[in-house]
Amino acid sequence: MKLNRTLGVLSAAALALSLAACGGDPTDTSSGSDSGSTSSSKSIVVGSAAFGESEILAEVYAQALKAKGVDASTKLDIGAREAYIGAIKDGTIDLIPEYTGNLLLYFDQNATATAPADVESALQGALPDGLAVLDPAPGEDKDSLNVTSEFAQKNGVASIADLAKIKGLKVAANPEFKTRAYGLPGMDKIYGIKDVSFTAISDGGGPATLKALTSGQVDVADIYSTTPSITQNKLVTLEDPKNLIAAQNVVPLIRDDAQSDEVKSTLAAVSEKLTTDALLELNTAFAADSKPTAADVAKDWLQKNGLV
Amino acid sequence: MSVFSEAFDWLSTSTNWHGPDGVPHRVLEHLGYTALTVVIASAIAIPLGLWIGHTGRLRGLAIAVTGALRALPTLGLLTLVVLWRGIGLTPPIAALVVLAIPPLLAGAYAGVESVDRRTVDAARGIGMTEWQVLTRVEVPLSLSLLLGGLRSAVLQVVATATVAAYIGLGGLGRYLLDGIAVRDYPQMLGGSLVVVVLALLLDGAFALLQRLSPT
Repeated sequence: MKLNRTLGVLSAAALALSLAACGGDPTDTSSGSDSGSTSSSKSIVVGSAAFGESEILAEVYAQALKAKGVDASTKLDIGAREAYIGAIKDGTIDLIPEYTGNLLLYFDQNATATAPADVESALQGALPDGLAVLDPAPGEDKDSLNVTSEFAQKNGVASIADLAKIKGLKVAANPEFKTRAYGLPGMDKIYGIKDVSFTAISDGGGPATLKALTSGQVDVADIYSTTPSITQNKLVTLEDPKNLIAAQNVVPLIRDDAQSDEVKSTLAAVSEKLTTDALLELNTAFAADSKPTAADVAKDWLQKNGLV
Repeated sequence: MSVFSEAFDWLSTSTNWHGPDGVPHRVLEHLGYTALTVVIASAIAIPLGLWIGHTGRLRGLAIAVTGALRALPTLGLLTLVVLWRGIGLTPPIAALVVLAIPPLLAGAYAGVESVDRRTVDAARGIGMTEWQVLTRVEVPLSLSLLLGGLRSAVLQVVATATVAAYIGLGGLGRYLLDGIAVRDYPQMLGGSLVVVVLALLLDGAFALLQRLSPT
C-alpha cells in the first residue's frame, strides 16, 4: 500500500515533468514522438472504471507490466466512460481496460458493426488522435442469452437460432431489450424469433432475473457473459452465430505516448490469455466470501498463467 | 428545449394515452396495485390496531415492530420475496403491504386510545358488552384518526407502487424504468408527474372525507 502510494507520487511527478516537457501546443506531434522514444522508462498509470471487473483487469495490466520492469501504478474506480475517457485524453491515466463494442459506440453513436473483427476495425477508425487500442482479448463481457441446462437438453437448444422453433418463448431482460437492436427487434429480424412474451426485470441480469430463469417462470434470460451466476447455476449461454449481440472484447486502450515495445508485448501476452472463461474465473474469485482485493485476484491469476 | 417542456410534450402526445402502454391503462394498473395492497394491509392492521387500542395490550411491541417495519427498504424487500417466490404479483404486493401496515396500525390504536375514558366507562356503565363498546363507541369516535392512518397508507403506497415495474409488472413505474433504460428523460419525468398528480388527487379526496367525518 505504502509502496503503491510512493509509486503514485513518483508517477504523478514524472507525468508533471513530461507534461512540462511537452509544453505549449498539446497537439504538437513532434514532442509526442519525443516522449515516445524515451517511453521505455516512462511510468504508466493504469486506470479503471467503477466496477469490479474493470478494476481486476487494471490490476492485471499493472502487475504484468511491473513484472517486466515497467514503472506502472494504478488509479482505480474513476467512474463512468465519460470520466475516464477524459482522464486518458488529458494524460491523468495512460492505459485502461476497455470493451470494443461499447468503446466504438462511445466514439461513433451510429456504429452498426457487431462481429468481433468488424467492431475492431471500425473502432480503429473511430478513435481520436493520441489514443490507440492494442490487440483485443478473445474474452468478452456482453449481454448473453442464457437457458437452464434442463431447458437446453429438453428442447435441443444450443444457439439463439434454435429458439425460433419454440412457440411462446418467454424472455427476461432489462427494459431496453424490448426496443434495442440487439433485443427483441433483432431476435425477430436476424433469427426469425417471433411472438416472444417479454418480462422486463430491471436488475441487470441480477438475482431476480436469475430466479425467474431457474424457477422456470421464463425460458431465456439476458445475463452479462462474465457473471459468476452463469457457472454457479450451470446455465447454458446460447451461441450467437449471426452476431445479434455486438462484440465486447476486452481491449487495452492506451495513449500513443505510453506505447513501447515492452508495454505492447506484455499486454499482448496478457490479452491472449483473457478468454471469456478467464473473465468468469476472475469475477468468481473476486466475488468469493473471503472478499479478496482486485490486486490479489489479479496476482493469483497472473501467477497461474505464468505471466509474472 | 428543457426536460420539463419535453415532458409536457410527452404528456400531450395522444399516442401516449392509448393502448396497454397508455397513461389511462397504467394509472388503472397502478390504482389496482394500490387498492389491493391497502385492502390486504387494512385486513391485517385495522383489527389488530383496534384490539391493541381497546385492550391496551402489546402496545409497546406494536410500536417497536411497526417502527422496524418502516425502516425496511421496499425494493430490498421485494427482491427478497422474489428470491423466495419468483416473479409475479406477490413480491411487490407483499413489500407494499409491509409499507402500509405501520400507518394503518398506528391510526387504529391511537384512534381508540384517544377516546375519552369517561365515555368508555359510561358505555360499560349502561351495560354494553365489550364488543358493543368497541363497535358503537370507540370505533365511531376514532374514525378521524383511523381515516388519517388510511390516508397516510394510501399516499405512501401510491407513491411507491412504481416498484412493481422493477420485476416486469405494469403501473406508472414502467415509465420510470423503461425511460431510464434508454435515457428517455421526458418519459421518466412525464411518468413521475402522473404519479405526483395521482397522489395529490387521492390525498385531496381523503382530506375531504376526513372533513366530512363526524369528529
